[in-house]
Amino acid sequence: MPKPDLSVSIAGVTFKNPVTTASGTFGSGMEYSEFVDLNRLGAVTTKGVASSPWEGNPVPRVTEVYGGMLNAIGLQNPGVEVFVKRDLEYLKQFDTRVIVNVCGRTEEEYLAVVERLSEEAVDLLEINVSCPNVKEGAIAFGQDPDALFRITDKIRRIATQPVIMKLTPNVTSIAEMARAAEAGGADAISLINTITGMKIDIERRTFVLANKTGGMSGPAIKPVAVRMVWQAAQAVKIPIIGMGGIASAEDAIEFILAGATMVAAGAMQFHNPCLTMEIIDGIEAYMVRHQIEHVTDLIGTVQ
Amino acid sequence: MKKKTSMNVLDSRQLAEGIYSLVLAYPEGEAPRQVLPGQFAGLYPRDSSALLMRPISVCRWDPAEGSIRFVYRASGRGTKTFTGLKTGDRIDMLGLLGNGYETGRMRGKRVLLMGGGIGIPPMLELAAVLKGEARSVTAVLGYRNRELFLADEFRREAEVLVATEDGSIGTKGNVLDAVRAAGIQADVICACGPMPMLRAVRDFARETGACCYISLEERMACGIGACLGCITKTRQIDAHSHVRNARICTEGPVFAAEEIDF
Repeated sequence: MPKPDLSVSIAGVTFKNPVTTASGTFGSGMEYSEFVDLNRLGAVTTKGVASSPWEGNPVPRVTEVYGGMLNAIGLQNPGVEVFVKRDLEYLKQFDTRVIVNVCGRTEEEYLAVVERLSEEAVDLLEINVSCPNVKEGAIAFGQDPDALFRITDKIRRIATQPVIMKLTPNVTSIAEMARAAEAGGADAISLINTITGMKIDIERRTFVLANKTGGMSGPAIKPVAVRMVWQAAQAVKIPIIGMGGIASAEDAIEFILAGATMVAAGAMQFHNPCLTMEIIDGIEAYMVRHQIEHVTDLIGTVQ
Repeated sequence: MKKKTSMNVLDSRQLAEGIYSLVLAYPEGEAPRQVLPGQFAGLYPRDSSALLMRPISVCRWDPAEGSIRFVYRASGRGTKTFTGLKTGDRIDMLGLLGNGYETGRMRGKRVLLMGGGIGIPPMLELAAVLKGEARSVTAVLGYRNRELFLADEFRREAEVLVATEDGSIGTKGNVLDAVRAAGIQADVICACGPMPMLRAVRDFARETGACCYISLEERMACGIGACLGCITKTRQIDAHSHVRNARICTEGPVFAAEEIDF
């Protein structure tokens, strides 16, 4: 059998393999470059970037829970100008695709970032309408189908790159949200963002996180994520980037079988900083073992 | 490419109530050339439901043996798994991480080290490195009660003063009470301990005109500067996010006290 073909494409952009990083877990790749050959990744998905620097939330921002973690970073970021000059410039040296995660508090802020990036070396935009940890904006756009449709439509009209809408699992019907994004013109959707959670320190009788609530990630949320990817895949025709608790190539393959075209490693990179490399190798080994020539032949084939 | 290191447990023992010592050796040929006092490593619990490393400071580095000693408090689910480690076991480690103390700046100076509780262990490697380099090294160690740990090891490297909260040994009170009682003069102060202690130490340094460095801790996730989980507020705009947040795991854990807004 010839070497398996791991390449995939989304909205006309081809990726050497279906593996990327979940936004916020990988910075812009710089910090992980000692552990990961960025050239091997299908894409680097960056930490969310806003139109101006964001301070984020007070600490504690992270805590572990059984089988996962909670975070309430609050989208700390240096703003798009620094991001373009430093992070995008840095990423230019690597042979990988760049997906930039965009965040905002208001519609204008999202549009400002999208516009600023229009002439930059960005392959796709991922719009974060699903962060549970900032007070204004963000998730408010992602929990109401009409609001999601409107912001998707507005962004799509000015974006020069393909647009991925990143969906929150904190909704009643993920299928409805996926359809709203598709109707608004999204080129793809990514899911799931974190599930809102809480942890209480019973000795001090206080919230563990300064923000009280945080987004849960890690292996414990994977079955929820796989289910939602599958439901979204039934609902829309646009490609899906699946994520949520991926800890191995086997986990990644579950997402692909459920209907994901690409997959992202997230919190489990904190457990194993080399995880993305192992996922790529593991998918290839799986394809050899199952005589699969093209990874695209696996997408959504669960029976 | 770097990866986690599978460390070999040379020794694991209890030192005091809730306080444990763990000596880990690098696999043959993998030991770093240099370990700076104040640096830390991420130790992964042996529990598959726990995904995050536990950041623990270097207490002692033995270059001949290629081993690092960690002294930690078993306070939660993760650190408690370390107490069951036995000689010959293996444990995954990320790092070394963080910046460490710049001991070059302390050459020929009168250095005062202050450790409170679980802030005591990182001061030991610092004392050992400064011995013979600094003009004088005084270590002031603050404990809860007569269950001292590491005090004998400190006595081999520095002049030692002890403070206990209950007054059972040394000065009754905290590290600053002991420093004031002894009238110690210092050019440089290095401290690790709870935030109220670090604030008081900073104020003392301001009063006496000493240069002050502090070692901070925070809940961490990635340990390498990517996740922005472990920030501390700074007085100046930081270089990473251009706000006023430094990453304790990357820009720290050692900071000049005057850089920090606390």
